[in-house]
Amino acid sequence: MRLTVNGVDHDLDLDLRTTVLDALREHLGLTGAKKGCDHGQCGACTVLLDGRRVNSCLLLAVAHQDAEITTIEGLNDHPVQRGFLDHDGFQCGYCTPGQICSAVGMLDEVEKGWPSAVTQDSDRLSDSEIKERMSGNLCRCGAYPNMVPAIHQAAGR
Amino acid sequence: MTATAQGSVGAPLGRLEGPQKVTGAARYAAEYPQDDLAYGWIVPSPVACGTLDAVVVDPLQDAIAVLWHGNVPALAAVDDPELAVLQSEKISYRGQPVALVIADSLEAARRAAQTLSLSITAGEKPDTVLREDHPGLYTPETVNPSFPAESAMGDVDKALKSAYIAIDEVYSTPALHNNPMEPHATIARWDGDSLTVFDSNQHPSGVAATLGEIFGAANVHVVAEHIGGGFGSKGTARPNAVLAALGARVTGRPVKVVLPRQQMFSIVGHRTPTIQRIRLGADRDGTLTAIDHQATSQSSRLFEYAEQTAVVTRHMYAAPNRRTGHQLARLDMPTPRWMRAPGEAPGMVALECAVDELAERLGMDPIELRIRNEPAVEPESGEPFTSRHYVECLRRGAQRFGWSGRDHRPGRRREGDWLIGTGVAGATYPTMVQPSTARVRRLAPDRFEVAIGAADLGTGARTILAQIAADALGVPASAIDIKIGDSTLPVASVAGGSSGSASWGWAVTGACRALVASSSPEAVFDTTELVGKQGTAGRHAFGAHFAEVRVDTVTGEVRVSRLYGMYAAGRILNPRTARSQFLGGMIMGMGMALHEEGVLDPAFGQWVNNDLAGYHIPAHADVEEIDAEWLDEHDDQINPMGSKGIGEIGIVGSPAAIVNAIWHATGIRVRDLPVRLDKLLPDLGA
Repeated sequence: MRLTVNGVDHDLDLDLRTTVLDALREHLGLTGAKKGCDHGQCGACTVLLDGRRVNSCLLLAVAHQDAEITTIEGLNDHPVQRGFLDHDGFQCGYCTPGQICSAVGMLDEVEKGWPSAVTQDSDRLSDSEIKERMSGNLCRCGAYPNMVPAIHQAAGR
Repeated sequence: MTATAQGSVGAPLGRLEGPQKVTGAARYAAEYPQDDLAYGWIVPSPVACGTLDAVVVDPLQDAIAVLWHGNVPALAAVDDPELAVLQSEKISYRGQPVALVIADSLEAARRAAQTLSLSITAGEKPDTVLREDHPGLYTPETVNPSFPAESAMGDVDKALKSAYIAIDEVYSTPALHNNPMEPHATIARWDGDSLTVFDSNQHPSGVAATLGEIFGAANVHVVAEHIGGGFGSKGTARPNAVLAALGARVTGRPVKVVLPRQQMFSIVGHRTPTIQRIRLGADRDGTLTAIDHQATSQSSRLFEYAEQTAVVTRHMYAAPNRRTGHQLARLDMPTPRWMRAPGEAPGMVALECAVDELAERLGMDPIELRIRNEPAVEPESGEPFTSRHYVECLRRGAQRFGWSGRDHRPGRRREGDWLIGTGVAGATYPTMVQPSTARVRRLAPDRFEVAIGAADLGTGARTILAQIAADALGVPASAIDIKIGDSTLPVASVAGGSSGSASWGWAVTGACRALVASSSPEAVFDTTELVGKQGTAGRHAFGAHFAEVRVDTVTGEVRVSRLYGMYAAGRILNPRTARSQFLGGMIMGMGMALHEEGVLDPAFGQWVNNDLAGYHIPAHADVEEIDAEWLDEHDDQINPMGSKGIGEIGIVGSPAAIVNAIWHATGIRVRDLPVRLDKLLPDLGA
């Protein structure tokens, strides 16, 4: 089986039941993507698959051999990472890689003009837009209020 | 932010491990590579009571080993019976681990566990529901951790009879589940008689001692470098640690056990449901003449955990006649344990909602009512407070929140379909300091290593300890290498009870001062004796929470438009991480007020919503305007830093402030948390 992660091709001998998340964590040593629920309910496992944010715990590795997978380890000093540091956008840090990958994917969705459930003026990235679009990523420490300015900063506002 | 010498404490230093956390480099328990690793999967009991007679492994599955009580080595008993895993045929609750399946891969272990046949003799109909009139209720000897279960002063009944006004209400809070984002996880490895454990816990020193006792091992090394939250549920060794070590011993390979989210609802502890009766008696001017707080909660058959729900009422308000008590029912249910502010969080829901109801009946400002009943000393012990700035929190908070001019009558503000209201509630949390030891070494003239077996589960402890050390040594924080999260470091107390930094910081200060005073390259400082010598006094942090809510009259939806906390919690060591902790506690409090509830299936003794889709913890979109501030407080009767604890007070009072605001918006008193729309809709009358 072949997986392309952060620009590197890997040949792997994987169980057909192995998810993208378990392939990353248990077979490639890329433990940045986290397992919080294994059911697509918390977002801790969020990675970018061909540029789009996905819950990697819900994807079977065997079905994504042609995809470009980008994990937190593949983000190189991204403005979202800087924003999270500058605004204390995390506490325990366990949801953080997922939050950051999700924010990167989300900002791209905004850039493309994709609306969310609260979109009124598509040109403006408001606080409520960020909160709505980031609600698939849970944080039990409650670091949400600091993530919003972190994401604004990354978006260049 | 560069901190200067003598000025690190109080500076908003960024988390030292921040760069690792935002790049995925920070390593959590399940993430340490091991050669020849095997995976363990816990098989939970499908019944709430009975006996496990046999297990049959599906021969088509690739299990290396299946451990159950019929084939595991005996473990030494410790004071937590929950850790005697797989030692008995007896089943005490649904979800209790009854077997551990070990396989070469995660997928194989999970499948073999799912296909395992359990031969069980089920017990009689399980007793799973807590009731105020449960026939098995009894008064425990003490409540968590060691308070007397009952207290009484004066004559409450007489005072209530002669009171100008009396309140007698019952409040209930549901089972709540800690749900740290990182599941409980352990990798265990034996090298001869030495056990190495990578474990997600809040107390590396304590977990090492417990595992050493259970396995009779002199050499146990626990690593907990980064912990993905715990909120009390990782305060002691949990079954996953024992099972991983057991699996590793039997197979001779390193074994990893990570709990699936569903199992975290039953085997790592949760907040007990409570039923609380509050009676208040007051004079016409609001002076309290009587306070009675009786709390009923539950524990498992295995272990008596008695939550201290009513203890907070012993410290909060003055009144000459007072009584508190606790009753416990032992059910065929999982064991409740610590969850952020055990006791104070549910207890203050009842007390602070009842005080609000009293203010309504008296037609008083609920802030003025609280201030009228401010005690001069701890009301039950008579001990002086080392510092108590509750009134200042209420007054200053009211100013910052914009309380003045509030029409105290309910249901007066309406914007379209929305009813709007504001609420207030007090907050408090005991200030505890526990013995710890720290070591400091001079590595170079301008470089120091500070070591203590502390744990940083997202609190900022690592950063704060470096700041404390820097000031004690008179160097910038950047001159400190801080080592924590490892049981081979000097013994430290648990990261719990909001006592971590207050306790470890004392040991670190002592070690650093000793180093400065000597010419030796190393100093060690143990606070055991100093902590033991601390006299009795009322040591507590205080605060006030304010909420503005809007309630949709058509759907019953509640939104928290504004949530604000003002605290007096000792010297704030790092305003950046402190604010985050306060806000985090308040947001968890919002979950407690509006969303969170373990929904019981009484027939099976199971919470049916046992995952993060069914059990809603606050999400980004739930949080609107929120802020936390604090008074400049320095308490020199706690520790050399003048600090108190701040990890839990944010969840104490914030739920009551929200519930009181919902009443103010709608005129509806909901006394059974969480305040879901189905509890409001029948009375909203849009």
